[in-house]
Amino acid sequence: MIRRRGTCASVRRTARALMVGVALLLWSGATNVHAATNFDLEDRVREIASELRCVVCQNLSVADSPSDLAKEMRNLVREQVQQGKSREEIQAYFVSRYGEYVLLSPPKRGFNLLVWGLPFLAIVVGGGVVYLVARRWTEQASANRPVADPAYAERVRRELKDREQG
Amino acid sequence: MSWKKLLIPLASVPLILLLAYGFRTDPKAIPSPLVQKAAPDFRLKAFDGGEVSLAELKGKPLVLNFWASWCYPACYEEAPLLEATWKKFKDQGLMMVGVDIQDKEANAREFLQRFGFTFPNAPDPGSKVSIDYGVYGVPETFFIDRQGRIVYKHVGALTPEFVEAQVQSLLKGK
Repeated sequence: MIRRRGTCASVRRTARALMVGVALLLWSGATNVHAATNFDLEDRVREIASELRCVVCQNLSVADSPSDLAKEMRNLVREQVQQGKSREEIQAYFVSRYGEYVLLSPPKRGFNLLVWGLPFLAIVVGGGVVYLVARRWTEQASANRPVADPAYAERVRRELKDREQG
Repeated sequence: MSWKKLLIPLASVPLILLLAYGFRTDPKAIPSPLVQKAAPDFRLKAFDGGEVSLAELKGKPLVLNFWASWCYPACYEEAPLLEATWKKFKDQGLMMVGVDIQDKEANAREFLQRFGFTFPNAPDPGSKVSIDYGVYGVPETFFIDRQGRIVYKHVGALTPEFVEAQVQSLLKGK
């Protein structure tokens, strides 16, 4: 009897410890999840704000600017993210208010394509020019190589031969 | 051989055209996408305790001015003109509202007192209205017609001739 009660008590103790452990685990899990969503939200806000121009600064994004207006804009982005709005919707809101100027990277269409395309075009064209010029130089160099007078060349060959034999 | 000599001047033509286009536009003049569109609604608590909203003002032409007490000298330059315009045209149905941006309340009240503003002025908590109107500096002034459509956006201090012309055309318009 005593032994059995003993086992019972130890089983109960183990069960209680287990339960506390599980509860602790669940609790820490819950706080982790909470921290994760908060972290995700701030990450998301930063991501979207980093593509928006701080309109009162010189070349700073809304994410990086310490100005008051940029802070309010970040708050607005956060609010809209919390409302479940997508990045495109939030960008569209700011564009509808400030124009495309508010986007740090111009959208890839229309006249803006020049900005995106010209550097690559310049590399290709410039590379072509360098190739053509370099080829012409090497061709000219080989064409202009001085040709020795045959009689003189013959004399050099003969004297070298004599020297080797002598 | 002669076409090769022309190649370099010809290649620079598009570049010169692009630069000519770029240098003739003012990089500081950013056209507002809101012009000719419906003015975003707002509802603000005025300094005098009353409420001011766009919906209430519909049917009347409106001059909506964004200012701040720290905006020196531009806001100080145009402030007397705003008050004078308001006094001159309010009986003809003109409405005027001032929105104070990112200000300390005491400083803002001092500004209001200094210029004796008698039209409604309100602070903009969280800069929500300012962002909604795409404001990027002070002062900025929006001229809104009776239909609640933004007719013109002016950046910088106002001049008497300009305000007079804008307000007259607003009052004449539908």
